[in-house]
Amino acid sequence: MNLLTDPFVQNAFMQRALLAGILVAIATGVVGTLMVLRGMAFLGDALAHGVLPGIAAALLIGIPSFIGALVGAGVMIGGVAAVQRRTRLSSDVAIGLLFVGMLALGVVIVSRSSEFAGSLTDILFGEVLGVNWWSILWQAIVAVVVVLLAWGLRRPFLLMAMDPDQARVAGYPVRLLEAVLLGMIAITVVVSFRVVGTLLVFGMLLAPAGTAALLVRRVGAMMIVSVLIGVASVYGGLMLSWYYDLAAGASVVIVAVGIFFVALVVQSFLPSRRPHPEHA
Amino acid sequence: MSTAAITATGLDIGYAGHPVVSGIDITLAPGQWLAVVGTNGSGKSTLLKSVAGLIPTVGGSLSVLGHAPGDQGTSVAYLSQAHEQGFLLPIRAKDVVRMGRWPVRGLLRRLRADDEAYVDHAMAALGIEDLADVPLGALSGGQCQRVHLAQAACRRADLLLLDEPTSGLDAASRERYLTLMDVERDRGAAIVSATHDVREAARADLVLLVAERVVACGPPDEVLTAAALADTFGVIISDATGPVVIDPHHEHGHHHGPGTPRVRGHAAGHDHEHGHDHDHGH
Repeated sequence: MNLLTDPFVQNAFMQRALLAGILVAIATGVVGTLMVLRGMAFLGDALAHGVLPGIAAALLIGIPSFIGALVGAGVMIGGVAAVQRRTRLSSDVAIGLLFVGMLALGVVIVSRSSEFAGSLTDILFGEVLGVNWWSILWQAIVAVVVVLLAWGLRRPFLLMAMDPDQARVAGYPVRLLEAVLLGMIAITVVVSFRVVGTLLVFGMLLAPAGTAALLVRRVGAMMIVSVLIGVASVYGGLMLSWYYDLAAGASVVIVAVGIFFVALVVQSFLPSRRPHPEHA
Repeated sequence: MSTAAITATGLDIGYAGHPVVSGIDITLAPGQWLAVVGTNGSGKSTLLKSVAGLIPTVGGSLSVLGHAPGDQGTSVAYLSQAHEQGFLLPIRAKDVVRMGRWPVRGLLRRLRADDEAYVDHAMAALGIEDLADVPLGALSGGQCQRVHLAQAACRRADLLLLDEPTSGLDAASRERYLTLMDVERDRGAAIVSATHDVREAARADLVLLVAERVVACGPPDEVLTAAALADTFGVIISDATGPVVIDPHHEHGHHHGPGTPRVRGHAAGHDHEHGHDHDHGH
Protein backbone atom coordinates (compact mmCIF):
# COMPACT_ATOMS: atom_id res chain seq x y z
CA MET A 1 0.00 0.00 0.00
CA ASN A 2 1.60 3.20 1.16
CA LEU A 3 4.91 3.57 2.92
CA LEU A 4 3.72 6.73 4.66
CA THR A 5 0.59 5.24 6.23
CA ASP A 6 1.21 1.50 6.43
CA PRO A 7 2.90 1.48 9.84
CA PHE A 8 -0.17 3.13 11.37
CA VAL A 9 -2.87 1.34 9.42
CA GLN A 10 -1.52 -2.12 10.23
CA ASN A 11 -0.49 -1.67 13.87
CA ALA A 12 -2.76 -0.64 16.71
CA PHE A 13 0.19 0.28 18.92
CA MET A 14 1.45 2.68 16.23
CA GLN A 15 -2.00 4.28 16.08
CA ARG A 16 -1.97 4.78 19.83
CA ALA A 17 1.55 6.17 19.65
CA LEU A 18 0.54 8.64 16.95
CA LEU A 19 -2.56 9.75 18.85
CA ALA A 20 -0.66 10.14 22.11
CA GLY A 21 2.10 12.01 20.27
CA ILE A 22 -0.35 14.43 18.68
CA LEU A 23 -2.01 15.17 22.03
CA VAL A 24 1.40 15.75 23.58
CA ALA A 25 2.36 17.99 20.65
CA ILE A 26 -0.75 20.12 21.27
CA ALA A 27 -0.04 20.55 24.99
CA THR A 28 3.70 21.09 24.62
CA GLY A 29 3.26 23.42 21.65
CA VAL A 30 0.93 25.73 23.58
CA VAL A 31 2.71 25.55 26.92
CA GLY A 32 6.13 25.67 25.28
CA THR A 33 5.17 28.90 23.50
CA LEU A 34 4.17 30.52 26.79
CA MET A 35 7.32 29.19 28.42
CA VAL A 36 9.57 30.56 25.69
CA LEU A 37 7.83 33.94 25.68
CA ARG A 38 8.05 34.21 29.44
CA GLY A 39 11.75 33.28 29.42
CA MET A 40 11.14 30.23 31.61
CA ALA A 41 12.89 27.65 29.46
CA PHE A 42 15.38 26.59 32.09
CA LEU A 43 12.67 26.20 34.72
CA GLY A 44 10.69 24.05 32.30
CA ASP A 45 13.77 21.92 31.79
CA ALA A 46 14.23 21.51 35.53
CA LEU A 47 10.58 20.63 35.94
CA ALA A 48 10.87 17.94 33.32
CA HIS A 49 13.69 16.35 35.29
CA GLY A 50 12.19 17.03 38.70
CA VAL A 51 9.41 14.56 38.03
CA LEU A 52 11.85 11.64 37.80
CA PRO A 53 12.23 10.85 41.53
CA GLY A 54 8.47 11.20 41.93
CA ILE A 55 7.82 8.64 39.21
CA ALA A 56 10.51 6.31 40.60
CA ALA A 57 9.11 6.55 44.13
CA ALA A 58 5.61 5.90 42.81
CA LEU A 59 6.84 2.74 41.08
CA LEU A 60 8.58 1.67 44.28
CA ILE A 61 5.50 1.99 46.49
CA GLY A 62 3.06 0.91 43.77
CA ILE A 63 0.93 4.00 43.14
CA PRO A 64 0.12 5.49 39.71
CA SER A 65 3.22 7.11 38.28
CA PHE A 66 1.47 10.33 37.29
CA ILE A 67 0.72 11.01 40.97
CA GLY A 68 4.41 10.62 41.75
CA ALA A 69 5.27 12.87 38.81
CA LEU A 70 2.88 15.57 40.05
CA VAL A 71 4.43 15.44 43.52
CA GLY A 72 7.91 15.64 41.99
CA ALA A 73 6.90 18.69 39.93
CA GLY A 74 5.41 20.33 43.02
CA VAL A 75 8.59 19.75 45.03
CA MET A 76 10.66 21.18 42.20
CA ILE A 77 8.55 24.37 41.90
CA GLY A 78 8.37 24.81 45.66
CA GLY A 79 12.09 24.21 46.02
CA VAL A 80 13.02 26.80 43.41
CA ALA A 81 10.70 29.35 45.02
CA ALA A 82 12.12 28.64 48.47
CA VAL A 83 15.76 28.90 47.38
CA GLN A 84 15.01 32.13 45.56
CA ARG A 85 13.22 33.62 48.52
CA ARG A 86 15.85 32.76 51.12
CA THR A 87 19.03 33.50 49.24
CA ARG A 88 20.37 36.14 46.93
CA LEU A 89 21.33 33.49 44.41
CA SER A 90 19.91 34.06 40.96
CA SER A 91 17.17 31.72 39.84
CA ASP A 92 19.38 29.73 37.45
CA VAL A 93 21.52 28.62 40.39
CA ALA A 94 18.45 27.55 42.36
CA ILE A 95 16.98 25.80 39.36
CA GLY A 96 20.24 24.11 38.41
CA LEU A 97 20.80 22.81 41.94
CA LEU A 98 17.35 21.31 42.22
CA PHE A 99 17.54 19.99 38.69
CA VAL A 100 20.64 17.85 39.26
CA GLY A 101 19.55 17.01 42.79
CA MET A 102 16.19 15.66 41.66
CA LEU A 103 17.73 13.81 38.74
CA ALA A 104 20.28 12.13 41.00
CA LEU A 105 17.60 11.33 43.56
CA GLY A 106 15.54 9.69 40.85
CA VAL A 107 18.43 7.52 39.67
CA VAL A 108 19.26 6.60 43.28
CA ILE A 109 15.68 5.50 43.95
CA VAL A 110 15.58 3.46 40.76
CA SER A 111 18.96 1.85 41.52
CA ARG A 112 17.55 0.46 44.77
CA SER A 113 15.92 -2.31 42.80
CA SER A 114 17.46 -4.23 39.91
CA GLU A 115 14.08 -4.94 38.34
CA PHE A 116 13.77 -1.19 37.72
CA ALA A 117 16.69 -1.09 35.33
CA GLY A 118 14.43 -1.32 32.31
CA SER A 119 11.93 1.11 33.79
CA LEU A 120 14.61 3.78 34.13
CA THR A 121 15.16 3.81 30.37
CA ASP A 122 11.41 4.00 29.80
CA ILE A 123 11.04 6.89 32.23
CA LEU A 124 14.00 8.83 30.86
CA PHE A 125 13.40 8.26 27.16
CA GLY A 126 9.75 7.35 26.87
CA GLU A 127 7.78 4.28 25.90
CA VAL A 128 5.55 5.76 23.26
CA LEU A 129 5.09 2.41 21.49
CA GLY A 130 3.68 0.93 24.70
CA VAL A 131 1.28 3.77 25.53
CA ASN A 132 -2.18 2.67 26.71
CA TRP A 133 -5.65 4.19 26.43
CA TRP A 134 -5.61 5.49 29.99
CA SER A 135 -2.60 7.69 29.37
CA ILE A 136 -4.15 8.84 26.08
CA LEU A 137 -7.25 9.89 28.00
CA TRP A 138 -5.13 11.89 30.46
CA GLN A 139 -3.18 13.43 27.61
CA ALA A 140 -6.43 14.49 25.94
CA ILE A 141 -7.74 16.07 29.14
CA VAL A 142 -4.52 17.98 29.70
CA ALA A 143 -4.38 19.14 26.08
CA VAL A 144 -7.91 20.56 26.38
CA VAL A 145 -7.24 22.21 29.77
CA VAL A 146 -3.99 23.76 28.61
CA VAL A 147 -5.49 25.12 25.39
CA LEU A 148 -8.47 26.62 27.24
CA LEU A 149 -6.27 28.25 29.89
CA ALA A 150 -3.89 29.66 27.29
CA TRP A 151 -6.81 31.08 25.34
CA GLY A 152 -8.60 32.54 28.35
CA LEU A 153 -5.51 34.04 29.93
CA ARG A 154 -3.74 35.14 26.76
CA ARG A 155 -3.81 38.83 27.62
CA PRO A 156 -2.24 38.66 31.08
CA PHE A 157 0.23 36.00 29.92
CA LEU A 158 1.38 38.19 27.07
CA LEU A 159 1.59 41.30 29.25
CA MET A 160 3.63 39.32 31.77
CA ALA A 161 5.97 38.24 28.99
CA MET A 162 6.40 41.89 28.01
CA ASP A 163 6.77 43.29 31.49
CA PRO A 164 5.45 41.70 34.70
CA ASP A 165 5.39 45.08 36.47
CA GLN A 166 3.11 46.45 33.81
CA ALA A 167 0.81 43.47 34.10
CA ARG A 168 0.63 44.05 37.85
CA VAL A 169 -0.20 47.75 37.47
CA ALA A 170 -2.85 46.81 34.91
CA GLY A 171 -4.56 44.93 37.71
CA TYR A 172 -3.73 41.31 36.87
CA PRO A 173 -2.84 38.96 39.77
CA VAL A 174 0.63 38.20 38.45
CA ARG A 175 1.69 35.80 41.22
CA LEU A 176 -1.42 33.68 40.80
CA LEU A 177 -1.02 33.68 37.03
CA GLU A 178 2.60 32.65 37.35
CA ALA A 179 1.51 29.73 39.50
CA VAL A 180 -1.09 28.80 36.90
CA LEU A 181 1.56 28.85 34.18
CA LEU A 182 3.87 26.67 36.26
CA GLY A 183 0.97 24.30 36.86
CA MET A 184 0.32 24.15 33.12
CA ILE A 185 3.97 23.26 32.49
CA ALA A 186 3.85 20.68 35.28
CA ILE A 187 0.75 18.82 34.08
CA THR A 188 2.05 18.90 30.51
CA VAL A 189 5.33 17.34 31.59
CA VAL A 190 3.51 14.77 33.70
CA VAL A 191 1.33 13.46 30.86
CA SER A 192 4.05 13.79 28.24
CA PHE A 193 6.84 11.80 29.84
CA ARG A 194 5.33 8.49 28.74
CA VAL A 195 5.68 9.51 25.12
CA VAL A 196 9.11 11.10 24.97
CA GLY A 197 10.51 10.51 28.45
CA THR A 198 11.47 12.95 31.19
CA LEU A 199 14.84 13.74 29.63
CA LEU A 200 13.36 14.51 26.24
CA VAL A 201 10.03 16.16 27.07
CA PHE A 202 11.92 19.41 27.34
CA GLY A 203 12.78 19.07 23.65
CA MET A 204 9.08 18.97 22.80
CA LEU A 205 8.43 22.02 25.00
CA LEU A 206 11.25 24.04 23.49
CA ALA A 207 11.99 23.03 19.89
CA PRO A 208 8.56 23.54 18.23
CA ALA A 209 7.94 26.81 20.10
CA GLY A 210 11.43 28.07 19.33
CA THR A 211 11.01 27.18 15.67
CA ALA A 212 7.65 28.94 15.51
CA ALA A 213 9.21 32.04 17.08
CA LEU A 214 11.64 32.18 14.17
CA LEU A 215 8.92 31.92 11.54
CA VAL A 216 5.94 34.03 12.61
CA ARG A 217 5.38 37.44 14.13
CA ARG A 218 2.14 36.97 16.04
CA VAL A 219 1.78 35.06 19.27
CA GLY A 220 -1.43 33.24 18.30
CA ALA A 221 0.18 32.09 15.08
CA MET A 222 3.25 31.04 17.04
CA MET A 223 1.15 28.63 19.11
CA ILE A 224 -0.55 27.14 16.07
CA VAL A 225 2.70 26.75 14.13
CA SER A 226 4.33 25.30 17.22
CA VAL A 227 1.62 22.65 17.53
CA LEU A 228 1.85 21.84 13.81
CA ILE A 229 5.62 21.44 14.03
CA GLY A 230 5.17 19.22 17.07
CA VAL A 231 2.67 17.03 15.22
CA ALA A 232 4.99 16.81 12.22
CA SER A 233 7.85 15.84 14.53
CA VAL A 234 5.76 13.10 16.12
CA TYR A 235 4.82 11.68 12.74
CA GLY A 236 8.33 11.98 11.33
CA GLY A 237 9.91 10.53 14.44
CA LEU A 238 7.56 7.54 14.49
CA MET A 239 8.28 6.87 10.80
CA LEU A 240 12.04 7.02 11.41
CA SER A 241 11.62 4.74 14.38
CA TRP A 242 9.55 2.26 12.38
CA TYR A 243 11.70 2.00 9.28
CA TYR A 244 15.14 2.31 10.88
CA ASP A 245 14.38 0.62 14.19
CA LEU A 246 15.31 3.64 16.30
CA ALA A 247 14.16 4.64 19.79
CA ALA A 248 10.80 6.26 19.12
CA GLY A 249 10.76 9.08 21.70
CA ALA A 250 14.28 10.18 20.86
CA SER A 251 13.49 10.09 17.13
CA VAL A 252 10.55 12.43 17.68
CA VAL A 253 12.74 14.90 19.55
CA ILE A 254 15.52 14.68 16.97
CA VAL A 255 13.05 15.59 14.22
CA ALA A 256 11.76 18.51 16.30
CA VAL A 257 15.25 19.86 16.96
CA GLY A 258 16.23 19.21 13.33
CA ILE A 259 13.28 21.30 12.12
CA PHE A 260 14.47 24.10 14.39
CA PHE A 261 17.89 24.23 12.78
CA VAL A 262 16.48 23.97 9.27
CA ALA A 263 14.18 26.91 10.10
CA LEU A 264 17.13 28.82 11.52
CA VAL A 265 19.02 28.44 8.23
CA VAL A 266 15.95 29.33 6.15
CA GLN A 267 15.17 32.33 8.33
CA SER A 268 18.69 33.70 8.03
CA PHE A 269 18.03 34.09 4.30
CA LEU A 270 15.01 36.28 4.99
CA PRO A 271 16.66 39.61 5.87
CA SER A 272 13.41 41.47 6.59
CA ARG A 273 12.64 39.28 9.57
CA ARG A 274 15.93 39.88 11.26
CA PRO A 275 15.90 41.92 14.44
CA HIS A 276 17.41 45.35 14.26
CA PRO A 277 21.04 44.85 15.35
CA GLU A 278 21.12 47.79 17.77
CA HIS A 279 18.14 46.33 19.54
CA ALA A 280 19.46 42.86 20.17
CA MET B 1 -12.76 66.10 40.65
CA SER B 2 -12.22 66.44 44.36
CA THR B 3 -9.97 63.42 44.80
CA ALA B 4 -6.30 64.26 44.53
CA ALA B 5 -4.37 62.08 42.10
CA ILE B 6 -1.63 61.58 44.66
CA THR B 7 -1.43 62.57 48.30
CA ALA B 8 1.82 61.76 50.08
CA THR B 9 2.44 62.82 53.67
CA GLY B 10 5.76 62.15 55.35
CA LEU B 11 6.20 59.33 52.85
CA ASP B 12 9.28 57.12 53.12
CA ILE B 13 10.06 54.95 50.11
CA GLY B 14 12.64 52.23 49.67
CA TYR B 15 13.29 48.53 49.48
CA ALA B 16 12.86 45.82 52.10
CA GLY B 17 12.08 48.34 54.82
CA HIS B 18 15.19 50.45 54.15
CA PRO B 19 14.23 53.95 53.09
CA VAL B 20 15.89 55.41 49.99
CA VAL B 21 14.07 58.74 50.24
CA SER B 22 12.30 59.90 53.40
CA GLY B 23 9.78 62.56 54.24
CA ILE B 24 8.13 63.18 50.86
CA ASP B 25 5.13 65.50 50.94
CA ILE B 26 3.22 65.85 47.67
CA THR B 27 -0.28 66.74 46.65
CA LEU B 28 -0.89 66.27 42.95
CA ALA B 29 -4.25 67.35 41.55
CA PRO B 30 -5.89 65.86 38.44
CA GLY B 31 -4.53 67.56 35.34
CA GLN B 32 -1.18 68.28 36.97
CA TRP B 33 2.24 67.00 35.98
CA LEU B 34 4.87 66.17 38.57
CA ALA B 35 8.43 65.71 37.29
CA VAL B 36 10.69 63.75 39.60
CA VAL B 37 14.25 64.76 38.81
CA GLY B 38 17.40 63.03 39.97
CA THR B 39 20.30 60.87 38.93
CA ASN B 40 20.17 57.10 38.56
CA GLY B 41 19.80 55.60 42.00
CA SER B 42 18.42 58.81 43.46
CA GLY B 43 15.09 57.19 44.29
CA LYS B 44 12.93 58.47 41.44
CA SER B 45 12.10 55.03 40.04
CA THR B 46 11.49 53.87 43.60
CA LEU B 47 8.91 56.62 44.00
CA LEU B 48 7.14 55.64 40.78
CA LYS B 49 7.06 51.98 41.78
CA SER B 50 5.71 52.91 45.20
CA VAL B 51 2.92 54.97 43.65
CA ALA B 52 2.17 52.12 41.22
CA GLY B 53 1.89 49.73 44.16
CA LEU B 54 4.72 47.54 42.88
CA ILE B 55 6.71 47.90 46.10
CA PRO B 56 5.37 48.62 49.58
CA THR B 57 6.01 52.00 51.13
CA VAL B 58 8.36 52.12 54.09
CA GLY B 59 6.64 54.81 56.17
CA GLY B 60 4.24 57.73 56.11
CA SER B 61 1.03 57.76 54.09
CA LEU B 62 0.40 57.53 50.36
CA SER B 63 -2.94 57.69 48.61
CA VAL B 64 -3.30 57.18 44.85
CA LEU B 65 -6.57 58.32 43.25
CA GLY B 66 -8.15 57.97 46.68
CA HIS B 67 -7.01 54.36 47.13
CA ALA B 68 -4.07 52.54 48.60
CA PRO B 69 -1.31 52.20 45.99
CA GLY B 70 -2.01 49.22 43.73
CA ASP B 71 -5.76 49.21 44.47
CA GLN B 72 -6.69 51.70 41.77
CA GLY B 73 -7.68 49.11 39.18
CA THR B 74 -7.26 50.06 35.56
CA SER B 75 -7.02 53.82 36.04
CA VAL B 76 -3.22 53.94 36.23
CA ALA B 77 -0.90 53.54 33.24
CA TYR B 78 2.71 52.66 33.99
CA LEU B 79 5.70 52.94 31.70
CA SER B 80 8.63 51.10 33.21
CA GLN B 81 12.19 52.17 32.66
CA ALA B 82 13.61 49.22 30.79
CA HIS B 83 11.59 47.38 28.20
CA GLU B 84 13.55 44.23 28.59
CA GLN B 85 12.39 41.36 26.50
CA GLY B 86 14.91 38.62 27.11
CA PHE B 87 13.17 36.89 24.30
CA LEU B 88 12.02 39.18 21.53
CA LEU B 89 8.31 38.64 21.37
CA PRO B 90 6.88 37.84 17.95
CA ILE B 91 4.52 40.77 18.04
CA ARG B 92 3.90 43.86 15.93
CA ALA B 93 4.23 47.43 17.14
CA LYS B 94 0.51 48.08 16.94
CA ASP B 95 -0.28 45.00 18.99
CA VAL B 96 2.01 46.31 21.71
CA VAL B 97 0.11 49.61 21.73
CA ARG B 98 -3.21 47.73 21.79
CA MET B 99 -2.14 46.05 25.03
CA GLY B 100 -2.82 49.41 26.64
CA ARG B 101 -6.54 48.84 26.06
CA TRP B 102 -6.64 45.26 27.36
CA PRO B 103 -7.15 46.06 31.04
CA VAL B 104 -10.23 48.06 30.08
CA ARG B 105 -11.74 45.10 28.21
CA GLY B 106 -10.98 42.34 30.70
CA LEU B 107 -9.78 38.91 29.72
CA LEU B 108 -11.83 38.06 26.68
CA ARG B 109 -13.88 40.98 25.35
CA ARG B 110 -12.78 42.20 21.94
CA LEU B 111 -11.42 45.70 21.53
CA ARG B 112 -14.15 47.99 20.23
CA ALA B 113 -13.99 50.73 17.64
CA ASP B 114 -13.31 53.39 20.28
CA ASP B 115 -10.42 51.32 21.65
CA GLU B 116 -8.93 51.15 18.16
CA ALA B 117 -9.45 54.89 17.78
CA TYR B 118 -7.50 55.58 20.98
CA VAL B 119 -4.73 53.27 19.75
CA ASP B 120 -4.54 55.01 16.36
CA HIS B 121 -4.68 58.42 17.98
CA ALA B 122 -1.85 57.68 20.40
CA MET B 123 0.30 56.25 17.61
CA ALA B 124 -0.33 59.30 15.43
CA ALA B 125 0.48 61.63 18.33
CA LEU B 126 3.89 59.98 18.67
CA GLY B 127 4.47 59.71 14.93
CA ILE B 128 4.61 55.92 14.77
CA GLU B 129 1.53 55.17 12.68
CA ASP B 130 3.81 53.96 9.88
CA LEU B 131 5.40 51.41 12.19
CA ALA B 132 2.13 49.62 12.95
CA ASP B 133 3.04 46.34 11.23
CA VAL B 134 6.74 46.33 12.08
CA PRO B 135 7.78 43.53 14.47
CA LEU B 136 8.80 44.75 17.88
CA GLY B 137 12.24 43.24 17.46
CA ALA B 138 12.94 45.32 14.33
CA LEU B 139 12.35 48.67 16.05
CA SER B 140 15.17 50.96 17.12
CA GLY B 141 15.44 51.95 20.76
CA GLY B 142 13.73 55.30 20.22
CA GLN B 143 10.92 53.74 18.16
CA CYS B 144 10.40 51.11 20.82
CA GLN B 145 10.18 53.81 23.48
CA ARG B 146 7.52 55.65 21.46
CA VAL B 147 5.55 52.41 21.05
CA HIS B 148 5.52 51.95 24.82
CA LEU B 149 4.60 55.61 25.34
CA ALA B 150 1.69 55.14 22.94
CA GLN B 151 0.62 52.07 24.92
CA ALA B 152 0.54 54.15 28.10
CA ALA B 153 -1.25 57.03 26.38
CA CYS B 154 -4.02 54.97 24.74
CA ARG B 155 -5.09 53.69 28.15
CA ARG B 156 -6.57 57.13 28.86
CA ALA B 157 -5.71 56.62 32.48
CA ASP B 158 -6.42 59.01 35.31
CA LEU B 159 -2.78 58.79 36.35
CA LEU B 160 0.24 58.19 34.12
CA LEU B 161 3.44 56.99 35.75
CA LEU B 162 6.30 57.34 33.28
CA ASP B 163 9.81 56.22 34.15
CA GLU B 164 12.38 57.92 31.89
CA PRO B 165 9.82 58.60 29.15
CA THR B 166 12.23 60.54 26.93
CA SER B 167 15.10 58.09 27.02
CA GLY B 168 16.26 57.35 23.48
CA LEU B 169 13.96 59.99 21.94
CA ASP B 170 15.31 62.42 19.36
CA ALA B 171 14.40 66.12 19.47
CA ALA B 172 11.32 65.78 17.26
CA SER B 173 9.95 62.82 19.23
CA ARG B 174 10.60 64.67 22.46
CA GLU B 175 8.45 67.56 21.24
CA ARG B 176 5.69 65.11 20.29
CA TYR B 177 5.91 63.63 23.76
CA LEU B 178 5.71 67.05 25.44
CA THR B 179 2.69 67.95 23.30
CA LEU B 180 1.06 64.66 24.23
CA MET B 181 1.61 65.42 27.91
CA ASP B 182 -0.22 68.75 27.43
CA VAL B 183 -3.12 66.88 25.80
CA GLU B 184 -3.24 64.36 28.65
CA ARG B 185 -3.25 67.15 31.24
CA ASP B 186 -6.01 69.00 29.41
CA ARG B 187 -8.01 65.78 29.55
CA GLY B 188 -7.64 65.84 33.34
CA ALA B 189 -5.03 63.13 33.70
CA ALA B 190 -2.34 63.53 36.33
CA ILE B 191 1.20 62.65 35.30
CA VAL B 192 4.28 61.66 37.24
CA SER B 193 7.44 61.36 35.18
CA ALA B 194 10.88 60.40 36.41
CA THR B 195 13.61 62.10 34.44
CA HIS B 196 17.07 63.56 34.58
CA ASP B 197 16.14 65.98 31.84
CA VAL B 198 15.82 69.45 33.36
CA ARG B 199 14.18 70.82 30.20
CA GLU B 200 11.40 68.27 30.47
CA ALA B 201 10.94 69.10 34.13
CA ALA B 202 10.61 72.79 33.29
CA ARG B 203 7.36 71.95 31.43
CA ALA B 204 5.80 70.27 34.46
CA ASP B 205 3.55 71.87 37.08
CA LEU B 206 5.55 70.53 39.99
CA VAL B 207 9.12 69.38 40.30
CA LEU B 208 10.52 67.10 42.95
CA LEU B 209 14.31 67.02 43.11
CA VAL B 210 15.63 63.87 44.73
CA ALA B 211 19.12 62.67 45.59
CA GLU B 212 18.39 59.88 48.06
CA ARG B 213 16.50 62.63 49.92
CA VAL B 214 14.15 65.42 48.97
CA VAL B 215 16.31 68.29 47.73
CA ALA B 216 13.43 70.57 46.78
CA CYS B 217 9.79 70.37 45.79
CA GLY B 218 7.59 72.99 44.16
CA PRO B 219 6.84 74.78 40.89
CA PRO B 220 9.68 74.48 38.35
CA ASP B 221 10.71 78.13 38.37
CA GLU B 222 11.17 78.00 42.13
CA VAL B 223 12.77 74.57 42.34
CA LEU B 224 15.10 74.43 39.33
CA THR B 225 17.73 76.70 40.83
CA ALA B 226 21.46 76.34 40.51
CA ALA B 227 21.96 75.38 44.12
CA ALA B 228 19.23 72.76 44.03
CA LEU B 229 20.42 71.31 40.72
CA ALA B 230 23.99 71.22 41.99
CA ASP B 231 22.70 69.40 45.01
CA THR B 232 20.74 66.95 42.89
CA PHE B 233 23.32 66.25 40.21
CA GLY B 234 26.50 67.31 42.01
CA VAL B 235 27.75 63.80 42.49
CA ILE B 236 27.67 62.90 38.83
CA ILE B 237 29.31 66.12 37.74
CA SER B 238 32.19 65.94 40.19
CA ASP B 239 32.70 62.34 39.10
CA ALA B 240 34.40 63.76 35.99
CA THR B 241 32.19 61.66 33.74
CA GLY B 242 31.51 64.90 31.94
CA PRO B 243 28.66 67.33 32.44
CA VAL B 244 26.11 64.76 31.29
CA VAL B 245 23.10 66.47 32.71
CA ILE B 246 23.91 70.08 32.08
CA ASP B 247 25.19 69.88 28.51
CA PRO B 248 22.03 69.16 26.53
CA HIS B 249 20.31 71.74 28.59
CA HIS B 250 22.94 74.27 27.55
CA GLU B 251 22.47 73.59 23.87
CA HIS B 252 18.73 73.71 23.76
CA GLY B 253 17.91 76.07 26.57
CA HIS B 254 17.06 78.89 24.19
CA HIS B 255 14.15 76.91 22.74
CA HIS B 256 12.23 77.45 25.90
CA GLY B 257 9.93 80.32 26.59
CA PRO B 258 10.53 83.09 29.07
CA GLY B 259 9.43 80.92 31.96
CA THR B 260 12.68 78.98 32.11
CA PRO B 261 15.67 81.28 31.67
CA ARG B 262 16.65 80.87 35.30
CA VAL B 263 17.32 77.23 34.68
CA ARG B 264 19.64 77.92 31.82
CA GLY B 265 21.50 80.66 33.62
CA HIS B 266 21.98 78.67 36.75
CA ALA B 267 23.01 75.55 34.95
CA ALA B 268 25.70 77.54 33.19
CA GLY B 269 26.72 79.02 36.51
CA HIS B 270 26.97 75.57 37.90
CA ASP B 271 29.25 74.53 35.13
CA HIS B 272 31.72 77.19 36.22
CA GLU B 273 31.72 75.77 39.67
CA HIS B 274 32.71 72.42 38.29
CA GLY B 275 35.64 71.01 40.19
CA HIS B 276 35.05 73.04 43.31
CA ASP B 277 34.00 71.41 46.49
CA HIS B 278 30.25 71.36 46.77
CA ASP B 279 28.82 72.25 50.10
CA HIS B 280 25.87 69.99 50.65
CA GLY B 281 25.16 71.09 54.17
CA HIS B 282 21.57 72.10 54.64
